[in-house]
Amino acid sequence: MKCRVCRGPAVIDIRRHNAAFCDQHFLHHCREQVRRAVKDHQMLLEDDRVLVAVSGGKDSLALWDLLVELGYDADGLYLGLGIGDYSDRSTDAARAYAAERGHKLHEVDLAADYGYDIPSAAAATHRAPCGACGLSKRHLFNTVAIERGYDVVATGHNLDDEAAVLLGNVMRWETGYLGRQQPVLPDAPGFVRKVKPLIRLGEREMAAYCVLRGIDYIVEECPMAEGNRHLGYKEVLNALEDRSPGTKSAFVFGFLDRVHERFAGDAGAERAELGECSVCGSPTTGDVCAFCRLRERAGGG
Amino acid sequence: MRVLLRNPRREVEVPGPLTVAALLARLDLNPESVLVICGDTLVTRDARLADRDTVEIRPVMSGGAA
Repeated sequence: MKCRVCRGPAVIDIRRHNAAFCDQHFLHHCREQVRRAVKDHQMLLEDDRVLVAVSGGKDSLALWDLLVELGYDADGLYLGLGIGDYSDRSTDAARAYAAERGHKLHEVDLAADYGYDIPSAAAATHRAPCGACGLSKRHLFNTVAIERGYDVVATGHNLDDEAAVLLGNVMRWETGYLGRQQPVLPDAPGFVRKVKPLIRLGEREMAAYCVLRGIDYIVEECPMAEGNRHLGYKEVLNALEDRSPGTKSAFVFGFLDRVHERFAGDAGAERAELGECSVCGSPTTGDVCAFCRLRERAGGG
Repeated sequence: MRVLLRNPRREVEVPGPLTVAALLARLDLNPESVLVICGDTLVTRDARLADRDTVEIRPVMSGGAA
């Protein structure tokens, strides 16, 4: 295959764009897709202080790299989850990337700072570890961003992630979640703005970006995510995409353009009912927020 | 050729030459779910792989739904 731009040898083909690219034009393509996502959805202002949620995986490190390349003032936040060797290697990847590029990386450790880790939380709640992990991340990325003066939290959710979450939300008609599923969640009392600048790029593109940029990310899958529902949705969507390129993009952007508004009221109603957590002061619908309840049950409260 | 697979990490021998698309089909892998790296170079699905090549097939699917 030849590069669509320069006709040199291609290193990656992207079937939904009916295009292939050489290394330099592929990197340009990635930057342009992020630039367009930021512009189309008004994600970032030029002088925003951006906190990138960094896991040590391909998406978050690529996102951090792309935002800095595009000129944004972006620091990283790594959350130590306590998932054995996997967390140790993830920590190493995040620290190595930041040190090599001279970027600022904040670190929070669940066990040291909050008295629990993801395996203990999953055991205590008898629920899937991904639920406790997601809850902890959402709470702490927001809290740290507010405490340390950042305007916005950027996460590495890519097109595949958004398509899989959308499929899951549709399969269960989670109308509140559907109302909140958008590339930008505006700031509100107790919440910083949250943005997903990789929404126009697939995870195959993000892995290729890291390879071509020499970013040493953790390739192995989180052992606690193995076999989870989200990965099952991704497999189904990839089977559809292989037969009909462009399916995932049409699913996500069709939803955002033509359907999302119908569910926005469900999400807005939930935010309107928020009070303050009696333990940590974060926004919550009850007396104690979900994070503090999780921490209490997992032995860290 | 020597083919390195991940999750779990393992190696298999596949006789070449053949294209990337044919290799993935033989291993029953969805091209949407992987990158193929020959030596140090990313390769597209029409690339021909020689019997002496060392090839990494890297999965790209990740994660939790957080």
